Amino acid sequence: MRSSRETVLERLREARPPAVALPDVATSPVRFEDLPARFAQSVKDVAGSCVRVASLAEAAAAVRGLPAAASARQIVSLVPEVLPGTVTLDSVDDPHALEGVDLAVVPGEFGVAENGAVWLTDAVLKQRRAVLFVTQHLVLVVPGRELVHTLHDAYARLRLGAPGFGLFIAGPSKTADIEQALVIGAHGARSATIVLVG
Amino acid sequence: MNAHARAAEQLVRDDARLHWHDAAVWNVRSKRDRAARAVPDWEALRDAASRIKLHTLSRLAEYLEEFERKALALGAKVHWAADGAEHNAIVLGLLRERGVTRLVKSKSMLTEECHLNPELERAGIEVIDTDLGERIVQLAHQPPSHIVLPAVHMKREEIGELFHRTIGTPGGLSDPKQLTEAARQHLREKFMASQAGLTGVNFAVAETGGFVVCTNEGNADLGVSLPPIHIACMGLEKLIPRAADLPVFLRLLARSGTGQPITTYTSHFHGPRPGGELHIVLVDNGRSALLASETHRRALCCIRCGACMNTCPVYRRSGGHSYGTTVPGPIGSVLSPAADAARNAALPFASSLCGSCSDVCPVRIDLHSQLLAWRRELDVRGLTPAAKRRGAAVASFVLRRPWMYRLAGKMVRFFGRLLPAGLLRTLSGGWGREREVPTLPARSFREEWRGRRAL
Repeated sequence: MRSSRETVLERLREARPPAVALPDVATSPVRFEDLPARFAQSVKDVAGSCVRVASLAEAAAAVRGLPAAASARQIVSLVPEVLPGTVTLDSVDDPHALEGVDLAVVPGEFGVAENGAVWLTDAVLKQRRAVLFVTQHLVLVVPGRELVHTLHDAYARLRLGAPGFGLFIAGPSKTADIEQALVIGAHGARSATIVLVG
Repeated sequence: MNAHARAAEQLVRDDARLHWHDAAVWNVRSKRDRAARAVPDWEALRDAASRIKLHTLSRLAEYLEEFERKALALGAKVHWAADGAEHNAIVLGLLRERGVTRLVKSKSMLTEECHLNPELERAGIEVIDTDLGERIVQLAHQPPSHIVLPAVHMKREEIGELFHRTIGTPGGLSDPKQLTEAARQHLREKFMASQAGLTGVNFAVAETGGFVVCTNEGNADLGVSLPPIHIACMGLEKLIPRAADLPVFLRLLARSGTGQPITTYTSHFHGPRPGGELHIVLVDNGRSALLASETHRRALCCIRCGACMNTCPVYRRSGGHSYGTTVPGPIGSVLSPAADAARNAALPFASSLCGSCSDVCPVRIDLHSQLLAWRRELDVRGLTPAAKRRGAAVASFVLRRPWMYRLAGKMVRFFGRLLPAGLLRTLSGGWGREREVPTLPARSFREEWRGRRAL
């Protein structure tokens, strides 16, 4: 008996439509005059908050002042200069043990001005990406010069294809599944603060 | 009355509810408009998206083979399912072999289409839908009524009552914040207890062997980052050639669906987690047959944003459940007859052919033309109701004979002015049920025109 793989592929070959050329889509004409300002506005639009600081020391002061940091008991921090952690990821073998984390402070690789999204990979998360979704609150520390205009520019700098996990996070977890009322904190972080440094 | 109109009665007979539903769904369409207008290259994106999808369809077998090769190299396992039953058997087999009895799922229209949940439940597996809207309809034992907003048909008080009955919240809750918090707590326990996570796929990339899943709640990510097993189910049409094509679709998807510039979480999976397993199930289930149809293959470009539902005057005023299919609204009415023409013969008629769906579609599917094409096909296959065919035959006979058309018009105007309005409404059939019959003019348009020209 032939495998379903063969059956499906043969059906697709028989059904083949006429050729259509693949368009070139590498760029977008969208350019913002003030990238950091536009990024900060976009973060606000996706229900996050964006704090702009000049240095890591200022970032530390800003993060310590967040209500989410003041009340946090369990903190995972991959940017200890900004806020020291109380839980070290290396000691966590089972991601379930991360339940109970109140705040995660994680470095973001770069931000996208058009939508307020920040790119992260699990290389920095030491393969414990669950922390991003389990934590009650999230702080992403992004270098101020690492901003791009649109998603086209974002993918132009990404090199996808190696094993691993990467994602864009735009604001806190949210839902509008009950009468379209926007509610922050569906399953993941109840708040997302992006600290733009420099 | 056809099957769709009959099923719509449930919503239509409660006038206040009907208007509430209409306004709620239209609100989402308005958000889409604002988001689309803010993007200067919006129309160019739609063109590009449409061409990328059509290109992919023209080389789908090759791209799938490339995707499979790359995904295997990344350490994923790839499974092929010719139909829904095989898809379900593959998923069930994977879970059984690993002794999984508790599964968390994020939104997947494909698994709805294949009726996976009841199949797994029969085998003793607890299946928890984790998207809030999907969990609500799962607890209510209903299918989703919208592909992006599964519980858009339910009022907050009803959800409060449902949660009180099913997950033990206090009675009388209706605040969306409190209800969402209750669901968060309830589902967090389920996430923590699950042994495997299942997700859909928004986009799979042939050149990298990876795929992208978009959610706002974070339920897909939570569901697959705790247990070691990730099963991702995708229809064959979810493929795109290059990573560079992703921004085109990601810039369109959330804006078209909910008016957001991007979903909160846009996750890129390339291979399994270290120490974990990733299974990708590629499903045909009628897609290759649709590809073979010159008229309808464009429907395979759909990225399931829901914009055509939100804009559709018929969807908004009849509700998702009236379609009786997994995917409702204009795109559902194009896809469903392809899967089962006899069962879904009423759906292409559940449209005013106003074309609003085609106007908002981010991948430029010619939805209203397809609906019209389906009407023709259903008629050719003898699947339209006899009354409709007789009516069309009479109209065709009269319209081909101008003298007869003029005579018929005269008769209608003459008798229409004599008969009482109540009787006329009855004679006009379904049309008159919700409308007043207008006062008929004494003279036809042609007569009126001739009179004016003489001046």
